[in-house]
Amino acid sequence: MTDLAQQGSRDMTMAHPKSRYQSAEFSARLRARYAAEQRFRAYGIAAVSLAAVMLVILLGSIVSKGYTAFWQNEIRLTVTLDPAELDPQGTRDPKVLAQGNYMKLIRDALAARFPEVTGRNERRQLADILSNGAPFTLQKMVMADPSLVGKTVPVWFQASDDVDQLEKGYIDRSLPEVQRRVNDLQIKALDSLRQDGSLHAGFNTTLFTAGDSREPEQAGIWGAIVGSFLTLVVTMGLSVPIGIAAAVYMEEFAPKNRWTDLIEVNINNLAAVPSIIYGLLGLAVFLNFFGMPRSAPVVGGVVLALMTLPVIIIAARVALKAVPPSIREAALGIGASPLQTVMHHVLPLAMPGILTGTIIGMARALGETAPLLMIGMIAFIVDIPNSFTSSATVLPVQIFMWSDSPERAFTERTSAAIMVLLGFLIVMNGLAVYLRKKFERRW
Amino acid sequence: MSVQTETLTDRTAAMTQAAMTQTAARADTAAIKMLARNVKVYYGPKQALKGINLDILENRVLALIGPSGCGKSTFLRCLNRMNDTIENCRVDGTLQLDGEDIYGRMIDTVQLRARVGMVFQKPNPFPKSIYDNIAYGPRIHGMATHRDEMDEVVQKSLERAGLWNEVKDRLKEPGTGLSGGQQQRLCIARAIAVSPEVILMDEPCSALDPIATAHIEELIDELRENFTIVIVTHNMQQAARVSQKTAFFHLGDMVECDDTEEIFTNPRDERTQGYITGRYG
Ligand SMILES: Nc1ncnc2c1ncn2[C@@H]1O[C@H](COP(=O)(O)OP(=O)(O)OP(=O)(O)O)[C@@H](O)[C@H]1O
Ligand SMILES: [Mg+2]
Repeated sequence: MTDLAQQGSRDMTMAHPKSRYQSAEFSARLRARYAAEQRFRAYGIAAVSLAAVMLVILLGSIVSKGYTAFWQNEIRLTVTLDPAELDPQGTRDPKVLAQGNYMKLIRDALAARFPEVTGRNERRQLADILSNGAPFTLQKMVMADPSLVGKTVPVWFQASDDVDQLEKGYIDRSLPEVQRRVNDLQIKALDSLRQDGSLHAGFNTTLFTAGDSREPEQAGIWGAIVGSFLTLVVTMGLSVPIGIAAAVYMEEFAPKNRWTDLIEVNINNLAAVPSIIYGLLGLAVFLNFFGMPRSAPVVGGVVLALMTLPVIIIAARVALKAVPPSIREAALGIGASPLQTVMHHVLPLAMPGILTGTIIGMARALGETAPLLMIGMIAFIVDIPNSFTSSATVLPVQIFMWSDSPERAFTERTSAAIMVLLGFLIVMNGLAVYLRKKFERRW
Repeated sequence: MSVQTETLTDRTAAMTQAAMTQTAARADTAAIKMLARNVKVYYGPKQALKGINLDILENRVLALIGPSGCGKSTFLRCLNRMNDTIENCRVDGTLQLDGEDIYGRMIDTVQLRARVGMVFQKPNPFPKSIYDNIAYGPRIHGMATHRDEMDEVVQKSLERAGLWNEVKDRLKEPGTGLSGGQQQRLCIARAIAVSPEVILMDEPCSALDPIATAHIEELIDELRENFTIVIVTHNMQQAARVSQKTAFFHLGDMVECDDTEEIFTNPRDERTQGYITGRYG
């Protein structure tokens, strides 16, 4: 402060003794307070940035490892669908067609395409550039359109996972042949195929339509998605009505006494119980005692419902508590019964909050792995589950299993499955936020 | 919530004594709509009302006045058992509506609250449309079966509450979007839509400007023809303007109850005098 300013301020306060809020001591104190505020902001920004960087690293590594899984290399061969192999009697009977030796047709097609490869061993190596699901591709095609028999048609086959990885650049061509999973003969064949446009990468529909498989190129997450869906249906069907009913009863009807206090404390504790404990409970009670089927979505759903119940009850109670008592008094005051008061006024007002809590609980259930391992949902299941009792696995468990596989191709599929799971979670959380915003009320 | 049944003799004694003091003050010949005898209310261990005796006359406005915390709201909430919703609240004594014990085992609280409506201190419209705010009560009580009937009930209630002209073009808009005074009139309309016999009002004008207040006071005067009204107020002029009877509460006691004119011109108790002349309260 300059002398002049000091002079001025003294003049202004002449009538009164100098206020303590104008003293030098006070302005020093004020400066210290501002400095503290600045520091606090800096800490906050640093913390947020750190979290953001971690998130970016996490997502970046997943996406960079996994995005290639959405493509799959395919190889085109011209196949002669020889009636002698497929349908000697010419009946076009599906049963007969299903029995055809499609592998031989493919081998013939390969021999025709690469006449220079002659040795038995070499021929086998050549066949290995195709997925060993190739005969099934051909079989499916013929079964769907029996009129193809006798014709010569170009067919796109999935490349084997090693070829796929090579094409995506994950296998180093400069390595010595013995250390490479694709040998020189195969590379030469691939180069030749590429030259006439018979090798290309297309969208990997298998990933989204198939169940699990030992062969990466035939493995998909559809089975796990359906399993997750069935499991979540059970979870939601149980935990939402029970959770809301419990919350409404505890919040609106139950007397406040030692018993309800005890129940409340227990519910809060249950929300913090490690999820694997619920798995053990499910194993002991549902599988061992009630003899329910292993690996079944219904059991998984019940276990996850037990796990999410406390979360939903707590969220619902908070939402109910947030409804102002004046609304209840208004309804009761004109002669609504307690149940009408809750059903017509309190519950609708609490619904957005309950919904948000429910969706977040469901998202947690969707991402849950540990309790499902305990009840056997970790089995290797190829078929798409078609009922609540058929064997199934769920997305996070599928990710866990794939992450354990040695093949490079499974690594990228693991990341792809993680992306899909994260996609679902983001959608669910986004929905929760949207609903909260949309139904936010003032009263 | 429980009504402790006192011994019969105790009760009759209290009632005769109360009746004697009451008859002395009763020049008015209107019928007794509600009556309180020796009403004691406890919040947990704390006693909020220490034995209230009071007659509420039909088609009259009774004003309850008294310093803050003396138990006016508590008493009001006994009259339609709104105290039931408070966890640790206990009511003792006799409260009657048309000679029927309010806290008796035979009475149904839902029915009671339909007969004894309430308007709260803070306007509390439902976060629904203006129309639905009014229609909700008649709907749950099955008072109007057709849409037309319901429209009529809504219109009549809003008209009586002096709100119709302001809202008739926006019945579908939320009731919470109205101004404070309009909201309070909406709440009054909601209360009269179910045709109660008694309307309890707990400081209905405390959040309103003088114009809205004057409006509601007029309304109360009109409503008196069809309803019995009990109003809590901190505004002495208001009590003087709208009520025929006034009861002065002090520290959980009903100190005196008389014709309003009498209370304001010639109070018998010096506490009453002190309060209305503004010496304390
Ligand atoms: N829910 C409650 N729990 C415990 N004590 C209460 C409760 N409600 C009121 N009381 C107590 O009962 C007494 C009477 O309260 P009441 O609300 O009836 O006063 P009042 O006359 O309406 O006051 P005001 O004019 O300020 O509204 C007060 O001492 C208050 O502290
Ligand atoms: Mg009060």
